[in-house]
Amino acid sequence: MEKKFTIIDPMGLHARPATVLVNTAGKFASEITLDYNGKTVNLKSIMGVMSLGVPTNGEIVIKAEGEDAAEAIDALVQTLAEQKLAKV
Amino acid sequence: MSFKGIAASDGIAIAKVFRLEEPNLTVDPHEITDVDAEIVRFEEAIKKTVVDLEAIKIKAAANLGEEEAMVFDAHINMVNDPEIREQTLAKVKEGLVNVAWAFDSVANGFVAMFEAMDDEYFRERAADIKDIKKRMLSHLLGVPLNDPSTINEEVVVVAYDLTPSDTAQLNRNFVKGFATNIGGRTSHSAIMARSLEIPAIVGMGTILEDTTDGQLIILDGLDGVIIPDPTDAQIAEYEAKIADFKAMKEELKKLKDEPTITKDGHRVELAANIGTPEDAKGATANGAEGVGLYRTEFLYMDRNELPTEEEQFVAYKEVLEEMKDKPVIVRTLDIGGDKELPYLQLPHEMNPFLGYRALRICLDRKDLFRTQLRALLRASVYGKLYVMFPMVAVLNEFRDAKQALLEAKAELIAEGIEVSEDIQIGMMVEIPSAAVLADQFAKEVDFFSIGTNDLIQYSMAADRMSEKVAYLYQPYNPSILRLIKMVIDASHKEGKWTGMCGEMGGDTMAIPLLLGMGLDEFSMSASSILAARKQIGNLSKKEMEEMAEKALNMSTVEEVMALVEASAK
Repeated sequence: MEKKFTIIDPMGLHARPATVLVNTAGKFASEITLDYNGKTVNLKSIMGVMSLGVPTNGEIVIKAEGEDAAEAIDALVQTLAEQKLAKV
Repeated sequence: MSFKGIAASDGIAIAKVFRLEEPNLTVDPHEITDVDAEIVRFEEAIKKTVVDLEAIKIKAAANLGEEEAMVFDAHINMVNDPEIREQTLAKVKEGLVNVAWAFDSVANGFVAMFEAMDDEYFRERAADIKDIKKRMLSHLLGVPLNDPSTINEEVVVVAYDLTPSDTAQLNRNFVKGFATNIGGRTSHSAIMARSLEIPAIVGMGTILEDTTDGQLIILDGLDGVIIPDPTDAQIAEYEAKIADFKAMKEELKKLKDEPTITKDGHRVELAANIGTPEDAKGATANGAEGVGLYRTEFLYMDRNELPTEEEQFVAYKEVLEEMKDKPVIVRTLDIGGDKELPYLQLPHEMNPFLGYRALRICLDRKDLFRTQLRALLRASVYGKLYVMFPMVAVLNEFRDAKQALLEAKAELIAEGIEVSEDIQIGMMVEIPSAAVLADQFAKEVDFFSIGTNDLIQYSMAADRMSEKVAYLYQPYNPSILRLIKMVIDASHKEGKWTGMCGEMGGDTMAIPLLLGMGLDEFSMSASSILAARKQIGNLSKKEMEEMAEKALNMSTVEEVMALVEASAK
């Protein structure tokens, strides 16, 4: 499963919301990755996510594979909205 | 003998030195045979580091507040990070190397990557990784870190630099001040010292090498000086200085949330001049009733391209939110003259101060102006924004600038973006033509802010940097005073107000005269505000009016100076 988003936070994907996002991803057994600009990182890794340095308006793709993939995507969509971090 | 550095936080401390030495955490690679044992060591180091960080987080919450403590949640996440773990363990398994070296090189890779990023925010994260790396390596190598939380007597901490986790652990009851080899006024350690309200000196070069543990020193954070092994006379002298400093600070602190009122009941406003969002915190901490001048140039300087609308928006929003319901006067880009932006490739001129600068550039380069105005208007809903244009010489310039602002506003509203309806639009008065025609300008502006530095140099045709003509660069010359008075009177006649954001506005000699001439707002460096409030509280508006009247009718600067000095006594 995968879903595409555009970052709307004026600071980009920075540490605080990234931490919340990584914590959400960590609750699921599925393998969850984040694609940006041709690079793929583990969404359960704060270092991985921050190392992308995703700016405002950056387009990201979140992919989940595993038993709870659908739930994981739903939870991440909710987190992105709650943190005013990205729009679909 | 004494050592000098950059005074980073006010105050004086007399105490013994506690050297917070960097432990030796260099790692060499060596071949290993038992991979599993390395993995176990790694997992244990992670566990111990997390325990450390949990404890530091609790101390940080107590010493610095919950907000500051949250950074250690991010540190804990980094220690547990699967990316770091996988890369480290892969190195151990594939290269058969010791885990300490593998971790060190993986962490260094992340540090280098963050340091290379364009965005300043991400660059700063490199410091967080260095901090957790140090803690992990101390456990992996079995080298204890010097722990500032073990300090149990009054000391001055001397270090190469202080990390976020070091400062979080400083116990205010025992740590009377600190000095570091590196850093500047805006480095992390300097900012922390000011929020902890302990004296500090940074950028001292070799202070860690120049002192020994237990050595008695005087740390003078007011002048940025350290006196090692002081004599009894020096100690007595500084103890008196400490007492004076404390008494004065206590006295002034009482005025922080008070309005600024003369003894005969006339109220004025004291505002701060700021250059960065960080400065806004200093403004509120020092009792500013607003920001009288936010210099936006810093957003444009020391970089290779124009700041984006987003970047500017974030900075403006931060300042407006910090100041809450207090007015923030933002000056639009004031570049040119002595402030250059190489990437704009401005033409070289014989007389840059009389050339293509400030609003003159903005009205020519509408794209650049529009970006700034949009960012300002978008931020306007987060506080009380006032906008002012610099270097206005003729009325049409003000009209064009205001028109550009209204166009940007209409554009944003059409895009469905909310903009405050309550934005005052004013101008700087720093060109004599504007002062002379102030009665006409006053009909169209919401306020004036007098920029004395340029007003004096343009009126006197005297470069303020030229020592040979320094005798001409005199704020107290009656001609300058009359220009100021014309501007203030013109604004009042139209029911508008006048502020001052040049150096004269914060000058204790000038304040009585300006008060007497009817100035409504004085903008100065944040650290001068409380003293100015005290001074104004002891003055009578009526008496100052009489003095100003006399000064305005004098013929030389010497006469005015004599009058002001006599009245100060």
